[in-house]
Amino acid sequence: MFLDGFGPIILDGAWVTLELAVMSLLVSFVIGLGGAGAKLSSNPLLKGIATLYTTLIRGVPDLVLMLLIFYSLQIGMNHLTEWQGLEQINLNPFVSGVFTLGFIYGAYFTETFRGAFLSVPKGQIEAGIAYGMSGWQTFSRIQFPQVMRFALPGISNNWQVMLKATALVSIIGLSDVVKASIDAGKSSYKVFFFTVVAGAIYLILTSVSSLVLMWLERRYSTGVREAEL
Amino acid sequence: MEKLVVKDLHKSYGSHEVLKGISLKAKAGDVISIIGSSGSGKSTFLRCINFLEKPNAGSISLSGVDISLQKNKQGELIPSDQKQLQAMRSKLAMVFQHFNLWGHMTVLENVIEAPIHVLGLSRDEAIARAEKYLRKVGLDAQAQAKYPAHMSGGQQQRVAIARALAMEPEVMLFDEPTSALDPELVGEVLKVMQTLAEEGRTMIVVTHEMSFARNVSNHVMFLHKGLVEEEGHPDEVFGNTKSERLKAFLSGSLK
Repeated sequence: MFLDGFGPIILDGAWVTLELAVMSLLVSFVIGLGGAGAKLSSNPLLKGIATLYTTLIRGVPDLVLMLLIFYSLQIGMNHLTEWQGLEQINLNPFVSGVFTLGFIYGAYFTETFRGAFLSVPKGQIEAGIAYGMSGWQTFSRIQFPQVMRFALPGISNNWQVMLKATALVSIIGLSDVVKASIDAGKSSYKVFFFTVVAGAIYLILTSVSSLVLMWLERRYSTGVREAEL
Repeated sequence: MEKLVVKDLHKSYGSHEVLKGISLKAKAGDVISIIGSSGSGKSTFLRCINFLEKPNAGSISLSGVDISLQKNKQGELIPSDQKQLQAMRSKLAMVFQHFNLWGHMTVLENVIEAPIHVLGLSRDEAIARAEKYLRKVGLDAQAQAKYPAHMSGGQQQRVAIARALAMEPEVMLFDEPTSALDPELVGEVLKVMQTLAEEGRTMIVVTHEMSFARNVSNHVMFLHKGLVEEEGHPDEVFGNTKSERLKAFLSGSLK
């Protein structure tokens, strides 16, 4: 039988891992863009907050942050509901997992994007402004596509690390691939085997995604390397 | 009729005043060369005209319309109407020293970008315009699909000129268009600029090319330490130089 009959729960777990990673990527991507904008802005308050955020998050282990943020999200929510005299709302572990991971990796994305913003020559943006483009047009049509080119190697790296860091959510009770494998291992007394299965699934996910990212890197490098598309 | 009128422009960086009151009037078809040593403020002056730099005092009007200005916290003048500023910039196409072609776009995409997204032309109209002006600067159809990084500096600058022409601007601003080019590539760019001048386009050119200033332009301004030291028709300015500084400058650069 497929993986001693544990196949379906492990596949479900792998799916949770993938969903979690993709959703967290989206959250951290947005936080990263905003954070980089804040760090590069001339507003000292925004700059200060963003610097505090990246320093704090990057300086504390993911596991510690995960416990802190996950439980404080729930406690914060409890305070809010009590104060409003509402019934307790239990946070969905998946949603909290996404926000926790997104919040942590947003700090790394902030640094990635900050570097990428600084790599785009100033003249590129000036040319957009000088031809009458609005701020948004200059950002979306000139700056962002070039920022992506410089950011993609960093994004690839962050993605791989984040995909593996989703394993930490098993401690907050999400049935991701790690939790499913541990459960399967305990029930079948084949802990080592199922741990290898979990490892293999991560390897497959990271390998496939690195192919996608390589394709994206090529796509955003048009005009730099000789036509590879 | 005056196309561009700049009155008494001042610009400071901190306590250092780089422009101490410079005025300029350009009628339709005028080709004005601005010369001067580095640090004289000539590029800063040009960049103040389309507000890439914010002047501290002065006024600018384009085709008889004053640009409405207000002071910001740093005491610099900023346009009070963003829409008017954008419209004005789209009528003042700039050609940069380092070309500043958008690196992620092909030649054709570079030329159609602003006509589509700023002027609101349809893609077909913009392509027709782009092809016309790319031909004018001497680039064939094969060049259209290239990326700027794969072209010579001279070709890139000609694309940049086509990009400016595609805006069908009132006034063209050239910021040292040949200074970043290898000596053997300068000629092809100057030739294109001469053709444009002969067509009667209004051009303001910051340049180190004295032959261009002398032979192509109809007015020359010599800037020194943020002031106009001497100006007039090139025959007068070069043939009957009055200021000692300009004499010294010319003897250094005309060899």
